[in-house]
Amino acid sequence: MADPKSLYQEVILDHNRKPRNYGTLDHASHRAEGRNPLCGDHLTLALDLDGERIAAIAFEGESCAICKASASMMTANVKGKTVGDAETLIREFRDMATGQLDTGRQAHHLGRLTVFAGVRDLPTRVKCAILPWHTLHAALHAIADTSTESENDPMHAPIGDA
Amino acid sequence: MTARPHALAPARPSALEVERIRADFPILKSAPGGKPLVYLDNAASSQMPQQVIDRLVRYQTAEHANIHRAVHTLSEIATAEYEKARGKVARFVNAREEREVIFTSGTTEAINLAMHGYGRKFIGAGDEIILTTLEHHSNIVPWQMLAEEKGAKIRVVPIDDSGELLLDAYESLFSERTRLVGVTHVSNALGSVNPVKSMIAFAHARGVPVLVDGAQAAPHLQVDVQDLDCDFYAFSGHKLCGPTGIGVLYGRAALLERMQPFKGGGDMILSVTFEKTTYNVIPQKFEAGTPPIAAAIGLGAAIDYLARIGMDAIAAHEHDLLAYATAQLERMPGVRIIGTAREKAAVLSFALDGVHPHDVGTLLNQDGVAVRTGHHCAQPVMQRFGVPATSRASFAFYNTMAEVDALVAGIRNVQKVFC
Repeated sequence: MADPKSLYQEVILDHNRKPRNYGTLDHASHRAEGRNPLCGDHLTLALDLDGERIAAIAFEGESCAICKASASMMTANVKGKTVGDAETLIREFRDMATGQLDTGRQAHHLGRLTVFAGVRDLPTRVKCAILPWHTLHAALHAIADTSTESENDPMHAPIGDA
Repeated sequence: MTARPHALAPARPSALEVERIRADFPILKSAPGGKPLVYLDNAASSQMPQQVIDRLVRYQTAEHANIHRAVHTLSEIATAEYEKARGKVARFVNAREEREVIFTSGTTEAINLAMHGYGRKFIGAGDEIILTTLEHHSNIVPWQMLAEEKGAKIRVVPIDDSGELLLDAYESLFSERTRLVGVTHVSNALGSVNPVKSMIAFAHARGVPVLVDGAQAAPHLQVDVQDLDCDFYAFSGHKLCGPTGIGVLYGRAALLERMQPFKGGGDMILSVTFEKTTYNVIPQKFEAGTPPIAAAIGLGAAIDYLARIGMDAIAAHEHDLLAYATAQLERMPGVRIIGTAREKAAVLSFALDGVHPHDVGTLLNQDGVAVRTGHHCAQPVMQRFGVPATSRASFAFYNTMAEVDALVAGIRNVQKVFC
């Protein structure tokens, strides 16, 4: 991997190879399924809330490396956090991926998730990175199914199709 | 494929001639992502030579007016050039008559025209339409819409593991209620060349007309609608080195005359009163409103360009590219070629173990190699092979063996990243 501007940095490849929190939960208070019908990315997300705190979270599914790494890093980041903190990350991640948040200049809480900032230059891949966050949002709002192509999805952002 | 003998069959282009051909295509000298472009997405859309670009500029500079309407000189020039383009298309596919060529916005609209004009008039409740697993969505969805509206049924010809149609199954799908066959000449997802001529003969023996989706065939094979004996043949200009927004529905004159209009408006009528409208004759009956005049003339110029090179020479060079690329990929561990029909045209679909096609596409793009990744608007094919998507390299006559090498090197890089 020569190109340092590449999205395929070691941290993303590592999460793709060894996804964290991969699998399912025996007890989940919230679940949602996320799909990108244009490329076939598909994941299911399960989480268990302890009051306002995300006590446990797991995902599984079939997807490209960008989607899987995004899901893996997302679960690692929101585990133990409050629903409010997760919502902040969802918003900031989406804004970063769609080029509305410049992580170099504006304040944010994304930490290492900024490795996905480069996706904003790849319009056809933005949805891959956002899908897990999309699905987390749906799970927290008790929307059982979400799709990157669903019109009424609050996370829906018009982005070029495949 | 149907080969038509040429009086002056050109020799196969040598590597040197390919370099000369490449000089005609300004975009092939570009580097859109910072790396020299290796354009292997020709099945999605091909590039335009300077000759066609120049023709579009000349039209807009000196010949543009609305057609079939005014008596002024400019309108007469534009009308003549537009109709001249129709004649070029007719000769390109060997239609009996120029009026059998209907200009549409592309293959999709051409098939929709056949559905509305023919299907809605002649296909009813309980009737059956035979399609194949290899169809592009644009030759599935219009017929599903018709089936839903009329209560008709769709029967689907299966394929084998190589991506060839199962012809015994095709023949067994015919019944008393079969009203139409829709079949792609060349599969856009796999490259399989279907034996449409014998399939048409079988359908005609049962009185069933056949629509051939030629979007992927017209750029690569010598198409002869009389030899094929098809009833409809649909294709697009932008896959033929022409502009977007122009396509063709060839239709047998007798069928076109019996069909109902697709779109209502100007130019498709002879007379209009609020009591009664009399439709124009073909082809105007199907060309309501101001057509894409410039694009049609550009398509004519593209056909001239291809004819100068020769479709046989084009097919031969692309065959060499495909054979070379196939041999290279077959040797690579972790690479699976999807679609291994005995007869294929210019398409190489593949999957890499453990790597999603979208990652393949993004990484190849970083090396300047443009391929298509996704379901190729052929989800039934993807389902048949149990993959959500594939990566697809598709070749044109201006591609080189060195570009195949760049693809192979790019695939090795992808495998290195994911190892």
